[in-house]
Amino acid sequence: MTPVFEIAWTHLVSKPKQTIVAMLGVTFGIGMFIALVSLMTGLNQFTEDVTMTSSPDIHIYHDITEERTTILDEVNPAGINRVHHQKPKAETTKLRNALQMVSIIRNDPRVSGVAPTLSSQVFYNFGPVQLNGQILGVDILEEDKLFDIRSRLKSGRLEDLKSNPDGILVGTGLARKLNAVTGDRVVITTPQGYTMTLKILGTFQMGIGVVDNVRAYANISTVQTILQKDQTYITDINIKVHNRQQAKIIAPEFQAMFGYKAEDWETANATFLTGVTIRNIITWSVSVTLLIVAGFGIYNILTMTIYNKMKDIAILKAMGFAGKDVRMIFMIQSVVIGFAGGLMGLLIGYVLSWLISKAPFDGGDIVSLDHFPVNFDPKYYLIGIVFGVLTTAFAGFTPSRKAARVDPIEIIRGQ
Amino acid sequence: MEPVLLTRKISKYFYEPEKFQVLKEIDLTVNKGEFMCLMGKSGCGKSTLMYVLSTMDTDFDGELEIAGQSLTGRDQNFLSAFRNKHIGFIFQFHYLLPEFTALQNVMLPAQKLGKYSKEEIESRAIDKLRILGVSDQALKLSSKLSGGQQQRVAIARALINDPDIIMGDEPTGNLDSYNSNLVFDILHELTHTYRQTIIAVTHDEDFAKRSDRVVEMSDGRIVRGDSENA
Repeated sequence: MTPVFEIAWTHLVSKPKQTIVAMLGVTFGIGMFIALVSLMTGLNQFTEDVTMTSSPDIHIYHDITEERTTILDEVNPAGINRVHHQKPKAETTKLRNALQMVSIIRNDPRVSGVAPTLSSQVFYNFGPVQLNGQILGVDILEEDKLFDIRSRLKSGRLEDLKSNPDGILVGTGLARKLNAVTGDRVVITTPQGYTMTLKILGTFQMGIGVVDNVRAYANISTVQTILQKDQTYITDINIKVHNRQQAKIIAPEFQAMFGYKAEDWETANATFLTGVTIRNIITWSVSVTLLIVAGFGIYNILTMTIYNKMKDIAILKAMGFAGKDVRMIFMIQSVVIGFAGGLMGLLIGYVLSWLISKAPFDGGDIVSLDHFPVNFDPKYYLIGIVFGVLTTAFAGFTPSRKAARVDPIEIIRGQ
Repeated sequence: MEPVLLTRKISKYFYEPEKFQVLKEIDLTVNKGEFMCLMGKSGCGKSTLMYVLSTMDTDFDGELEIAGQSLTGRDQNFLSAFRNKHIGFIFQFHYLLPEFTALQNVMLPAQKLGKYSKEEIESRAIDKLRILGVSDQALKLSSKLSGGQQQRVAIARALINDPDIIMGDEPTGNLDSYNSNLVFDILHELTHTYRQTIIAVTHDEDFAKRSDRVVEMSDGRIVRGDSENA
């Protein structure tokens, strides 16, 4: 052990109370940082996962409500035209040449999965009551590649649906509302008046109420039958890309290529994702504030220590310790305080996060949560300790430099 | 006679509260094994001269040479290392580090020098403490020792790196007459047995009389004892 380190260490252990108080500042700061970050990133991760289960990376559909040029504009393009309260045309939501589009998209190297879908509003008849809902016609195995439906099945098998033309998979919320279980039959009616009896082959739970309470999956041909449409009738194409962050770059390309609306997941869930940004801002600003407060604590304690140790510093310098040795003595103290306090903070942060993750939390009908989602990513523990040591080193820098500049003669003669 | 310390025309000014020449062209030679006392009235510049000689005060004109090395205009890091190796200090208020044991206090300058292993430093430190008769106090915290014991530990610390010169600022100033005599005897023995060079600032007439050489200062000049073996 070098004498510099030995002196720093002796200073720390000879005033244990003061050292521990300084450490507790850091411990508290880092502990709260870890707990906050774990909860917030856990929530963000959960939000993003849920978002992903309800929306594909890119969704192509025919947006019939989109603004169109008026007939007046078409016949009189140079004039000043005003058309009041224009309504959409009676268009079908069908995607023309959908299957060709699917094969083109499938060949794009950035795309990892494509699932053509058609959806219809339906009423589920529950005795005399009609429940509003939605039925999706899908190739269930393709859909599984995009949304990982298999892991979300609560009962039944995907393959059963594939081989059964009048089967459906229903959301758990919907099944509960219909008081139905796997094997039961439900009667559905379309807004156009077509009625059909379907058999429940399984139930799934996506985790968000807006899906689980209304949605059912059936085969494409089944839904085409319900809607009394031909075999090329497809209303939506869902796409999964390799790099999710690229979705908002790829979507406009498809929109331009096919002439149909292509919406990326970020646009579709913009309101949902603002929460993520706000949570991040809160987390980081609170954490930084806590660490700055801890830093001021260390600054104060070191300044006090140095003031009390003026005589020692003078004698060390007389004995031949250079200014940089003296600076080192106090820097070591602040970094040791930061590191040890930080490590304790990580431990406390972990315990707090663990407690939070066990705390019961009822997500209600909106999300299926029974406890808080907490992220235990070691990355944040690393950030915590690095941040803690940096803050304390920074806080210790000015007092240490002051100690290094102490003029020994002034102290020794002043006695 | 080999000179250990030489000064040539050292002058120094204080600028506060107004410009004032505190040292006036001091020429001084100190030989090896000499026990020299610097005397003079308060404000005559004896302490100021001593801090210039100690290399801690670098704000002076003229030349300073210790152990054959010129020390004028050197940077602080060089001077720190030089003090560590060549100069030992004894102060009026012993100035031990209170959180360390007597032994650790003695060892510190040697650990800084880094010439010996820790075991060797420890045995050397115990030897020095034994010479000064305080080896039985080695493992006590220095703050628990009496004033006389503390000063003897401080002398052991000054000796640990076998310095060319020991400088003392009123080394007995804070001690009773018994301890004062004891410390003087030790310093005297060091010069005669080990040929240790000692420069001490004092205003204690008895202390000065018993030393080898007295240099008396007045108004920033040496008025007596500046020639060798005066």
